[in-house]
Amino acid sequence: MDTKDLLEMLSNSSGVSGHESRLNDAIFSVFKIYADNILIDNLGNIIILKKGKNNGSNTKIMIAGHMDEIGLMVKYIEDNGFIRFTNIGGIDPRTILGQEVIVHGKKDLFGVISSKPPHLQEPAEVNKAIKMEDMIIDLGYSKEELEKIISIGDTITIKRDFKELQGDRFTGKALDDKAGIAAMYECVKELSKINHEADVYFVCTVQEEVGTRGALTSTYKINPDIGIAIDVGFGSTPELSKSDTLDMGKGPGITIGGNIHLGLREKMVEVSKEYNIPFQIEVTPGPTGTDARAMQITREGVPSLCLSIPLRYMHTSVEVVDMKDIKNTGKLLTFFIASISNENLEGLLCY
Amino acid sequence: MLLKKLTEASGVSGNEKEVRDIILDEIKVFVDEIKVDRLGNIIAYKKGKNNSKKLMIAAHMDEVGLMVTDIDDMGLLKFTTVGGIDKRILVSKPVIIGKKKISGVIGAKPTHLQEKEEWKNALDIEQLYIDIGVNTKEEAEKLVNIGDYVAFDSQYIEFGENLVKAKALDNRVGCCLLVELIKEIKDIDFYGVFTVMEEIGLVGAGPAAYRVNPDLGIILEGTLCYDIPKLDQHLIPTTLNKGPAISLVDRTTLYNINFRKKIVQIAENNHIPYQYRKIAMGGNDSGKIHTNKEGSITATISVPCRNIHSPTSVMSKDDYKNTFKLLKAILYEYKKGEL
Amino acid sequence: MKFDTKLMKKLVSIYGPSGNESIIREYIEKEIKDYVDEIKIDNLGNLIARKKGSGKRIMIAAHMDQIGFMITDIDDNGFLRFTNIGGTSPFVTLSQQVVFENGVVGVIFSEPMEDISKLKLSNMFIDIGARNKEEAEKFVNIGDICVYKTEYQENDNVVFTKCLDDRVGCYIAIETIKQIENQKNDLYFVFTVQEEMGLRGAKTSAYGINPEIGIALDVTGSGDTPKAKTFAVGLDKGAAIKVKDNSILTHPELRQFMIDIAEENDIPYQMEVLEFGGTDSGSIHLTKEGVPSGVISIPTRYVHSTIEMASKNDIINSIRLLIKLLNRDIIL
Repeated sequence: MDTKDLLEMLSNSSGVSGHESRLNDAIFSVFKIYADNILIDNLGNIIILKKGKNNGSNTKIMIAGHMDEIGLMVKYIEDNGFIRFTNIGGIDPRTILGQEVIVHGKKDLFGVISSKPPHLQEPAEVNKAIKMEDMIIDLGYSKEELEKIISIGDTITIKRDFKELQGDRFTGKALDDKAGIAAMYECVKELSKINHEADVYFVCTVQEEVGTRGALTSTYKINPDIGIAIDVGFGSTPELSKSDTLDMGKGPGITIGGNIHLGLREKMVEVSKEYNIPFQIEVTPGPTGTDARAMQITREGVPSLCLSIPLRYMHTSVEVVDMKDIKNTGKLLTFFIASISNENLEGLLCY
Repeated sequence: MLLKKLTEASGVSGNEKEVRDIILDEIKVFVDEIKVDRLGNIIAYKKGKNNSKKLMIAAHMDEVGLMVTDIDDMGLLKFTTVGGIDKRILVSKPVIIGKKKISGVIGAKPTHLQEKEEWKNALDIEQLYIDIGVNTKEEAEKLVNIGDYVAFDSQYIEFGENLVKAKALDNRVGCCLLVELIKEIKDIDFYGVFTVMEEIGLVGAGPAAYRVNPDLGIILEGTLCYDIPKLDQHLIPTTLNKGPAISLVDRTTLYNINFRKKIVQIAENNHIPYQYRKIAMGGNDSGKIHTNKEGSITATISVPCRNIHSPTSVMSKDDYKNTFKLLKAILYEYKKGEL
Repeated sequence: MKFDTKLMKKLVSIYGPSGNESIIREYIEKEIKDYVDEIKIDNLGNLIARKKGSGKRIMIAAHMDQIGFMITDIDDNGFLRFTNIGGTSPFVTLSQQVVFENGVVGVIFSEPMEDISKLKLSNMFIDIGARNKEEAEKFVNIGDICVYKTEYQENDNVVFTKCLDDRVGCYIAIETIKQIENQKNDLYFVFTVQEEMGLRGAKTSAYGINPEIGIALDVTGSGDTPKAKTFAVGLDKGAAIKVKDNSILTHPELRQFMIDIAEENDIPYQMEVLEFGGTDSGSIHLTKEGVPSGVISIPTRYVHSTIEMASKNDIINSIRLLIKLLNRDIIL
């Protein structure tokens, strides 16, 4: 499958944190032809193994891209059938007002998010953001009918179709971190064409958006020698300072900071220079907030790396990515994996 | 002098190499096993008389500092903080940047050119920059990279009747205590662990504890001290010259009551002054150590440090000596199987 | 099923703040030891009781610890200053009685406040009626922990008392241990420590047990008091099956399994989407390779006050749901 088609399929599906299993079939179907083994672990992480060329004591590299997305959840049903909701993961309430949504009950229902109309507000109120607790979702059913289909705890996603913009740019929801999964897909395709020593575990992690929970348990299970998180980074926009952002289309960001292993990071930079793959530097001295941190502190500690795909308008339904960055991330991963051998690993990890 | 050497080394969280190399060099002939793990923690083992309980003594090597995020056209460096730093202490301080140890100063708009109103506001990090004395971005890029760690440039100075001024007393003082324990103690079985990245979220301690899997943990720290006279006594976290501070509770650990009482009793039996760390703010590696695997019992013993997380931290040599005495006394009790 | 007032009253009246759970632990141990196959206490002080079975290894956690106050300073006049152990509001705390492990009673008041909305625990003190520091130190030391002292009350519908959080969970676990028969699964009932400090006891006990399924029993809030924030949980509407809080998104299949059992057995239940807080399952589900986990919550008004209130029916229904659940083959 073309990587763009996978990205579109994943973006248009729904997989709110804790409820990712709807994506399992899609991910299984595309990865299985390249995989030596696929399994789903206790929390729902999908672990895809691509074996290296030795079958003995291969180095284990874990690549994590999270399959969950931020979303909403039904918390209360009003007497007239309106739904009150809460957020799962970080959502700016200002970005969801007036959106179309799908409520995932016994079946999927269409609805809209609304609040008090401006006509009924005091002039001073108009400048204030509306709080999530003051918004409702209208599904057009009476409470009685609604309760047959929807119950408290059902997840809700914004209804948004994946679309092509100019150049290689695409827009859609949940590209954080479906872009990461797409990059892993690029990588697994490339890997199948070349020799690599290491066993590679591609993990579509769950519950990243609520605290990198899936990465904690899947890393424990795999116990890798190297961990690499593939996530998204802030794409540059006019109001953000250059040092906090990544330019679109100029390659993945390679993170520098405490969560990142120095020697491996230098190797990653070396590989990208050697193969002329564009990259940028992302400075995060403290916790990265990505799966890289979770991997790093698991068991006896896992040397970790983080690659960030530039993405604009993060955690909204109109996220924008550049396919060039996804492809380059996949390529960089591939060459990096190929560069790791049992022989040079110890030297790279040594302090 | 070891504490001078340790405090003057650069070891901002994630970049502990200089400190680690000093410690490795100091302790390697005094330990039976030594290993640097995958995250950069030092795990040293001293073999002694068998003890049914496994003891781990831990001190973190890292210090708070800065990191270069960008270089502007004039060759000035923009930066961000690493670990908890009060932005108000940054302006007008000398710093050392990167592996090449380039000197720089933290500059801002001259106060003369600021409106009186501006004086009332703390300077934001965005208003500050590091000047290394070059004129252009190109010149700067030859000396400094984005992502370079920046440490305060501050000498170890002894002053007053018994005080020490240095940077990074949190936690080179803990490292220094642990190094000296490792050198001096004989025939007592314990693990000495020097952890990385405590200041950015207790990163190293969990994996280190996972490897060692201790029953007992003692965490050595430099802790906050704010002992000006007019403060209500219950708001004073620790006082200088009153001896080692024994922690009651902090954000990451509610210290085991029996172990704490035992330590207090040891201090009293040996006539070593001690005090309690009275406030519940802050946290340390104990949080990760006592909840690792099936759990362990921990205590934190600290040397009080004024102006912690600044280039001019201050501690008392007497507190240091008393802390060392207490630790030795604890280890002898441990040897007897009395812990 | 009858409500055991005597047991409930006893459980909430025993001293057991986070970090000092030994008295409550001894009581619970005595209460259950004849009904379980194995019993042990781990490093942090968790009480782990096993009822053997051939099915899945299930950990059922209820925390023994309660919120309290630790003494940090004693002044020359014998007044005690303190810090909180677990989440406490200064407003709830003002003018309460407290009791220490040794039975010493004190009262809490504050320095004069011009603006009472600025009340903080650091402005407050405990008065045990001592004349000076020396006298106070005969009864209380720095580091000692006290807890709220209030009388247990109940009527036909509800109980109201301090530390329902989480002695009601302990009550449910104890009743389940006593009542469950021929259960299939391998049950580890864990009375955990230090939940109020950040789910710490559950973390280490789960590591030791390595369960296949985790279930926490704990209180949740309620949305049924005047002008309460929107929250679809209320008293007397049944056992609450948790969907989320800040520590966990419960395993969807386990959650559905609980719902199915409640419906099959006509056990009233309600769904809980909590926008804050956390409970032991938050620790359990992230243990080792991950543990599918859920929570049975007891709807409770005025959590972390001295007058926490829960419905007797909800408590009984929670026990019924738990017993039915544990008696089944759980296939996820």
